[in-house]
Amino acid sequence: MSVRVEGPSPAGRPPGTLRVGLSRGWLEIREFAHAWESVVLTFSLPALVLTLLSSMLDGVFGAGVSAVDHYLPGLVAMGLMSVSFQNLGLSIAQERDTGGLRRLRGTPMPPAAYFLGKTVLVLFLALGQVVLLLGVARLAFGARLPADPAAWAALAWVFVLGTVSCSLLGIAVSSLVRDSRSASGVVVVPFLVLQFTSGVFVPVAVLPEWVLGAASLFPLLWMAQGLRAAFLPAGTAASDPGGAWDPPSVALALGVWCVVGLALVLLTFRWKAREDG
Amino acid sequence: MSETAIEAVGLRKRYGDDEAVAGVDLAVPRGEVLCLLGPNGAGKSTTVEILGGFRLRDGGTARVLGEDPGTAGRRWRSRLGVVWQGEALVPRLTVRAVVRHFAGYYPQPRDPDAVVEMVGLGERARARVTSLSGGQRRRLDVALGIVGRPELLFLDEPTTGFDPRARRDFWSLVGGLARGGTTVVLTTHHLEEAEALADRVCVIARGRVRALGSPSTLGGRASARATVGWTADGRRREVRTDEPTRLVGELTTLFSGEIPELSVHRPTLEEVYLDLIGDGHGGVPDSPDGRGARRAGTEATA
Repeated sequence: MSVRVEGPSPAGRPPGTLRVGLSRGWLEIREFAHAWESVVLTFSLPALVLTLLSSMLDGVFGAGVSAVDHYLPGLVAMGLMSVSFQNLGLSIAQERDTGGLRRLRGTPMPPAAYFLGKTVLVLFLALGQVVLLLGVARLAFGARLPADPAAWAALAWVFVLGTVSCSLLGIAVSSLVRDSRSASGVVVVPFLVLQFTSGVFVPVAVLPEWVLGAASLFPLLWMAQGLRAAFLPAGTAASDPGGAWDPPSVALALGVWCVVGLALVLLTFRWKAREDG
Repeated sequence: MSETAIEAVGLRKRYGDDEAVAGVDLAVPRGEVLCLLGPNGAGKSTTVEILGGFRLRDGGTARVLGEDPGTAGRRWRSRLGVVWQGEALVPRLTVRAVVRHFAGYYPQPRDPDAVVEMVGLGERARARVTSLSGGQRRRLDVALGIVGRPELLFLDEPTTGFDPRARRDFWSLVGGLARGGTTVVLTTHHLEEAEALADRVCVIARGRVRALGSPSTLGGRASARATVGWTADGRRREVRTDEPTRLVGELTTLFSGEIPELSVHRPTLEEVYLDLIGDGHGGVPDSPDGRGARRAGTEATA
C-alpha cells in the first residue's frame, strides 16, 4: 500500500486566528439572517416597546421630556443586552447541546476564532439595533438625539463596555443551561426581571432602594444610566440616584463587569454538553 | 516520518465505577483501514475519542501521527479528520457554504465542490442543510471530515441512516481514500461493512480488544473447524472437522459418487463476532472462548 508522506511543514500551518475568526463572523451573520425567529425576537421587541410606550404615554413626563426621550436610553440599553446577553446565552447553549461546539473542537479552528466570530456578530447586531431604535425614535416620534460630539462619544463608550460585558455574561450563562429547552428560563427570565428593575420600563426614581441595590449588581442599570447621560439634557438628571448620571461610576461598574465576565467565561466555558463528560 | 499512524499501549478510561476502556493495545500502520467492531458500550467510541484528542485517558500511552493526542496542538489536528456521532451543523446555510467554510480551517484543504461531489451530495450542493434527509446529513458530516485532506480519518458509525445504495457508495469512497494513502479508523455495528472495508478488524468488548485480524482470519475463522453435513439412511449427519476436504474425500468413496445433500459450512464473520463478544450461543462450535478452533480433531455430532 502506498504511503503518502506529508509531514508538518511551514506550508502546513493552519490559517491564522484573525482570518478564521472573520470567516466565522461572516458565517454567524449569514446564519443569523436566515433564522427569522431570532431576528424578530432580537430586533422587533425593543422597537415595538418603544413605539407603544412613546405613543401611549406621551405627555405624562411633564414638559421638556417627551415619552420617547424618556424611554429611548433605557430601550437602547435593553436592545444592546438583547443582542449580546440573550442572543449569546441562547445560541451558545443550543450549539453546545446539539454538538455544534464539539464538532468545532474536532477541527483545527483556533478557539479564539470562535469568540472573534461571536464578537463580529454581536457588534453587527448591536449597531443594527442602535440604528433601528434611533431611526424609529427620530423619524416616528421626533426624539432628541445626542447633541454634540461629547454626547456621541458617551454613547460610543457605553455601547462598547455595555455590549462587551453583556456578551461575556451571556457566554457564561450559556454554561448554566442544562439543555437548550431550558435555555429561556435561564436566559430570558433573568433578563426580563432586569428590564423591570434597571430603569428600562419603570423609572429608577420610583424603584425601592433594595431593588436598585440588587439591579446595580448587573450591567443593564449602568448601561441605561450611561445612555441617559448621553441622550438627555443636563438638567434632567435629578431623577437618577444621587441626582446625577455619574459617568465615572458607570464606566467603573461596566469595566468591572467586563473583567468579572471574562473570568467567568474562562472558568466555565465548555465545548461539550454535560452528558459528554 | 513514522510508518505507524497509531500506537496505543494499555489505554484506560474510567467513568465512575465503570471501566469503559480497560487496557486497549492498538497499532495501526499508515494507509490501513481498521474497523473497530463491538456492541454498544463496548468502549470503542471512547477508544477512538481518546485517540482523536477528545478525551483524556486515565492510563496507558498513545502516539497518533507521532504525537500524544492528549496534548497535541492545532497543527496535529489539521492532519486529522473526525466524524463523530450526533453533532449538529449550522442548519440554515447551504451544503456548499458549510463545506467551504470548514475548508477554511485547514492549511491544505480539498476543493469543497469536489468533496461535495465525492460524498454524493452534488445535486444537493445548493440545498439548505435543514432540507437534507438523515442519510444526506451524515454524508455532509463525512464531507466535513475529509475536506481538510486528513492523513488519518476517524469515523464513528459513519453509515448510520444510509440506505444500501448510499452505504455501498460510501464504502467505495473510503476505499478510494485508503488507496490515496489515508489511514482510516472506523467503528461500526455492521459486520458487512467491516468485511467490505477493513484491512483488519478489531473486536472490542467490555473495554478490551478481544480479537484483531483480517476479516477472513478473525478469531481463527480461516482455520476454524468446518461443519460437513450430508444425509445417510434418511438421517441428517453433521461432523465438525479441521479437515473438511479429507472428510469429503472419504464420503465420496463411501457413497461412490454424489453425496446426498452435502454441505460444508465455515463460521461466518457474524458467528465469530458474536462468539468473541460473548453474546453468541452456538457461534463457532465448541469454542466459547474463541480459541477452541485451534484444537485439532474431528468429532461427529449425529
